[in-house]
Amino acid sequence: MKILVPVKRVIDPYVNIRVKSDETGVETDNVKMSMNPFCEIAVEEAIRLKEANKAEEIIAISIGNQQCQETIRTALAMGADRGIHVLTDDVLEPLALAKILAKVYEEENPGLVIMGKQAIDGDNNQTGQMFAALTDLSQGTFASKIEIDGEQAVVTREIDGGLQTIKINLPAVITTDLRLNEPRYASLPNIMKAKKKTIDQKSPSDYGVDVAPRLKVLKVVEPPKRQAGVKVETVSELVEKLKNEAGVI
Amino acid sequence: MTTLFFTEHANGVLNDQSLKAISGAKEFGNDLHILIAGSNIDEAVAEASKIEGVSKVIHLNSNEFDNILAEKLAAAMFDLSGEYSYFAAAATTTGKNVMPRLSAKLDVSQISEIIGVESPDTFVRTIYAGNAIATVQSSDEKKVLTIRPTAFQSCKITENACEISIIDPQNIPAISEFVGEELTKSDRPELTSAKTIISGGRGMQNGENFELLDKVAAKLNAAVGASRAAVDAGFVPNDYQVGQTGKVVAPELYIAVGISGAIQHLAGMKDSKIIVAINKDEEAPIFDVADYGLVADLFQVLPELEGAL
Repeated sequence: MKILVPVKRVIDPYVNIRVKSDETGVETDNVKMSMNPFCEIAVEEAIRLKEANKAEEIIAISIGNQQCQETIRTALAMGADRGIHVLTDDVLEPLALAKILAKVYEEENPGLVIMGKQAIDGDNNQTGQMFAALTDLSQGTFASKIEIDGEQAVVTREIDGGLQTIKINLPAVITTDLRLNEPRYASLPNIMKAKKKTIDQKSPSDYGVDVAPRLKVLKVVEPPKRQAGVKVETVSELVEKLKNEAGVI
Repeated sequence: MTTLFFTEHANGVLNDQSLKAISGAKEFGNDLHILIAGSNIDEAVAEASKIEGVSKVIHLNSNEFDNILAEKLAAAMFDLSGEYSYFAAAATTTGKNVMPRLSAKLDVSQISEIIGVESPDTFVRTIYAGNAIATVQSSDEKKVLTIRPTAFQSCKITENACEISIIDPQNIPAISEFVGEELTKSDRPELTSAKTIISGGRGMQNGENFELLDKVAAKLNAAVGASRAAVDAGFVPNDYQVGQTGKVVAPELYIAVGISGAIQHLAGMKDSKIIVAINKDEEAPIFDVADYGLVADLFQVLPELEGAL
């Protein structure tokens, strides 16, 4: 079986976010970019399934600007076999991404699609579920464990009160949560090898889907700042303040 | 125009995150219908019919919904979608699982985890883990939204019941099945609904030391949480996690113990009313958001705090 792994390029999770002063968005010029952490987990899981002989080929796909090639190369260096880059300078909404992925799915016929549960820029948590809807596939979202069992996958999901286990028919879409695995670092030889792997270049128009935005961002502002309060010297002073000043205990 | 709001429930009681999110849905300014799903849930249906401002309850009465699977619920909601303009649910793991599936079927761009309603087509939500706040206008004819419960107050339950319509949905897709559930058992309140939370970070050093937090929590009737660092280190399970990739909470009192205050963590708790930080590193960024800071060794402070309460 083939596994398709969509990966997204985002601002590195350890970079401090700066909101642009004209309120149009977040500063991305000269900011360190990385693969979305949940996407890294997806790539890792696909590689582990291949290593366990559950999959033959891993295809990494990214939709975005020229630099997304680097993100695909990272996936290839980790162990994906080939890449697809859908080049666009527009920032597409999850629905548009899902539509493109649905077309790629038709062309490639993967047995499994593994992707991050959300990207840490837009925090939408939509693309996997939308893609599953458009392809009528089953979905195992927020996965912390995946077992492939013949024509089905048993997925353990992180839910609000604990864990839920579901069985879904393959092909399926699985979105990753944090505890699924710890992604590997690409070794230097594998980074070199990845340079020889192929990346097909495409554009949204190749897929003939409507990717026009439905949402307009009117403004982006910084959240209200919390003021630092006071330092207390002792536990009894703390308890006294919580009781009499804040009135919360 | 009418909003269809999907409400969760368990053991005959409506989910309190849903009740909070309903207050957000009311701000759309539409008629409000409640969708509730499952078999043998008369108590929860009756309670839903008494929510203030709700004009109709739709009960999907089928054991197909005793455990909610996105494939089944999104299909049933799609079948009902003709007469509705807005679809909403709380941004719980269930809401997040189901609503985007419905949204794509309706060819609508969903707006996730809104924290405010500016006008019927304009909503406020956080991006970059709460490090930026975006105001977003939707041009879709229908709207699909999830609502962050901590941004709204719980709606009221009245004495007057509205109309209840019972539907037995047909042609439910059978491509997924529920196998089981393992809910974390605790005598403490749920993180997302607790009035007081005490959380531990990497400074706790190991899982056993979380007992020190449990003891203080018992005195305060507080929930126990953790930072991602503590979860990654294996001290506690992931459902303890407060932060960007865990739960977003906004209790009356949040006590952060041995937590440095990474952006990740602050994103999940900085809307708490009162924040207390206990950390031996006085440079820790958690002190920048804390109302009360105590620079001290947590292993001395926690037993002392337990004794003082």
